[in-house]
Amino acid sequence: MGQDFVMLSLTPLLIGIAAAVACALPGNFLLLRRQALIGDAISHVVLPGIVAGFLVTGMVATGPMMLGAAAAALVAVILIEVIRRLGRIEPGAAMGVVFTAMFAAGVLLLEQSAASGVHLDVQHALYGNLESLIWLDGYGWGALTDPTALAGLPPELGRMVAVLLCTVLFIAVLWRPLVIATFDEGFARAMGIPTAILGLALVAVAALAAVAAFDAVGSIIVIAMFICPPASARLMTDRLGRQVAWSVVFATLSAVLGYVLAGYGPLWLGYDNAVSAAGMIATVSGVILGGAALFGPRRQSVSRADATSLASTLAE
Amino acid sequence: MLWDALTLQLGYNATLVTLGATMLGVGAGATGTYLYLGKRALVSDAISHATLPGVVLGFMVMVALGGEGRFLPGLMLGAALSAGLGLLAVTGLTTRTRLHEDAAIGAVLSVFFGFGVVLLTVVQVMDAGRQAGLETFLLGATAGMLRDEALTIAAGGAVVLALVRLLHRPMILVAFDPEYAVGQGMRLARVDLAMMGLALAITVTGLKVVGLVLIVALLIIPPVAARFWSERAGHVVMIAGAIGGVAGYLGAAVSATAPDLPTGPLIVLAAFALFVLSLLMAPGRGVLAAALRHLRFQRRVHLRQGLLALAAGQPVYEPLTLRLMRRAGLARADGVATETGRAMAARARLDERRWQILRSDPAFEAAAARYDGLTPLDEVLTGDQIAALDRGLGPEGAV
Repeated sequence: MGQDFVMLSLTPLLIGIAAAVACALPGNFLLLRRQALIGDAISHVVLPGIVAGFLVTGMVATGPMMLGAAAAALVAVILIEVIRRLGRIEPGAAMGVVFTAMFAAGVLLLEQSAASGVHLDVQHALYGNLESLIWLDGYGWGALTDPTALAGLPPELGRMVAVLLCTVLFIAVLWRPLVIATFDEGFARAMGIPTAILGLALVAVAALAAVAAFDAVGSIIVIAMFICPPASARLMTDRLGRQVAWSVVFATLSAVLGYVLAGYGPLWLGYDNAVSAAGMIATVSGVILGGAALFGPRRQSVSRADATSLASTLAE
Repeated sequence: MLWDALTLQLGYNATLVTLGATMLGVGAGATGTYLYLGKRALVSDAISHATLPGVVLGFMVMVALGGEGRFLPGLMLGAALSAGLGLLAVTGLTTRTRLHEDAAIGAVLSVFFGFGVVLLTVVQVMDAGRQAGLETFLLGATAGMLRDEALTIAAGGAVVLALVRLLHRPMILVAFDPEYAVGQGMRLARVDLAMMGLALAITVTGLKVVGLVLIVALLIIPPVAARFWSERAGHVVMIAGAIGGVAGYLGAAVSATAPDLPTGPLIVLAAFALFVLSLLMAPGRGVLAAALRHLRFQRRVHLRQGLLALAAGQPVYEPLTLRLMRRAGLARADGVATETGRAMAARARLDERRWQILRSDPAFEAAAARYDGLTPLDEVLTGDQIAALDRGLGPEGAV
């Protein structure tokens, strides 16, 4: 059991947790700034970049593909801004135009190239392949202290953990300005906080998390983790610090439960094949959100809660 | 080959598919306009992703009942049911909790899609032989589409279009001004439901051709493009339908010319090309028209200021002004005014002095508001008024 677990499940589980938390952290701020759908947009627009990176180098290497993804995200941000300004179009629609067109271009490029034969295909991009990120050298718990075995860890793990540390660092260092700029942009500007740059940096960090997670686990987890854990957490508390903590708990819970249910759930039900871990993680996060929406202590909007309490006071 | 495809010469099936895609595009463009004008364009993204579990469950149920799993109307029914559930979830999260609509949309689309993927992996091992077609619902595929399926899609598009025609007035009112619509005695929730229901219907219809990841583009891009061409809501609906139809037609036709040209992305890219064209070329709101307007304005400002400088006897150094004045025959290369230039300059100076008097006289307050340093006074006042104004005009330099 121990050996199987270390070899087959430990690394996917860790990667899943790291990806979930790395996306959920910036997601808290995106949610409050009403930019929740940026995760959705980013995970769509990086596809043409990844395919272009592949076509240019001709191999499935992470470096050029990440570069391509970053370039595509940049192009998308510029395009959305240009279309919004030139056409005086509301941001949601401008985003919809750009991300669907770029995703379509990516799919077309993919189908046209030889890439569709290799591991690069649209299904992979959409729901990743978390289960395949196994640690072949992990012969047991002892391998964790064995340098030669550690060298065989899937590279996605190191990358994902590094990105997670980046997001944690970003939010920890810029906590105060981020909070102020999120809740009261005018006040933040009056205090001398460069809100435009800060907003852009937040989107950049989110894009970094999205691209890294996209590479490891597919876009569906990215979108779910940007929104569901922070949204559930928002229904639990009024304080931002606690909301972030709750979101980390929910993200971790989704990743662990989702992975376990996908791997072992079907066995308990009598099937002998696992189901998609990425899909299951998204599903679990949705179940958590559903629970929070039904029973969360702070589920109602402030005005409505006020109205209710006022009504009960008046009734007394 | 391409010409054959565009003129529908590629055989019976390809023609049917192209016509079906055209009908779908028209329906989607028209329906999407109401969502876009009501600033709710991205709700359709949640609807489209939420269809996946329904498609797969529909397949599983039909197989379990011993039928043909890929029967399109059955899959469409399943898709409609789960998309309706998704829509309910978005509405519920927005109205009953403190979450905003964008968060609700993102949560529903990712969770439903994730659950659909889980079901998809269940089907993949359930019976490997017959499920091969389900992935095509992600990105759409028209290759090997049956005659009945193409007809179903065309019929779906036509029905949606007829309903749009019928519900135009309430939907446009609600999109623009919900409060006024309520004042007119409309049931907001009901009209909203109709609007979303139509979006859902067109999404489900388009699943097979465009795929659920990209169908949202057909609901968003044509209205956004159409908005450039007209300021009237009724016209925008029609233009959006036309743009969607052309995109569907072009995409399906081009995709029929080669085996590895997927239909969905081609339709979306055709729509995007039409959008770029609209953004650049549309009169009024287009970029080109705005640039021309700006140039014309710039030219008028420079000429006027140049003439005023000449009238005041000041030399003109500014290169653009000098160039414009030379081209208009008002000045020589060294900045000295020509005969016409002097005459025009005197007129401009007189005009400017009249304006100054006008602006200092409270009786002309309304006319003074039109002062922008460019408009000649005789466009604002009548000859008699100007004559009356001139009586207050002292000798040169007295102003």
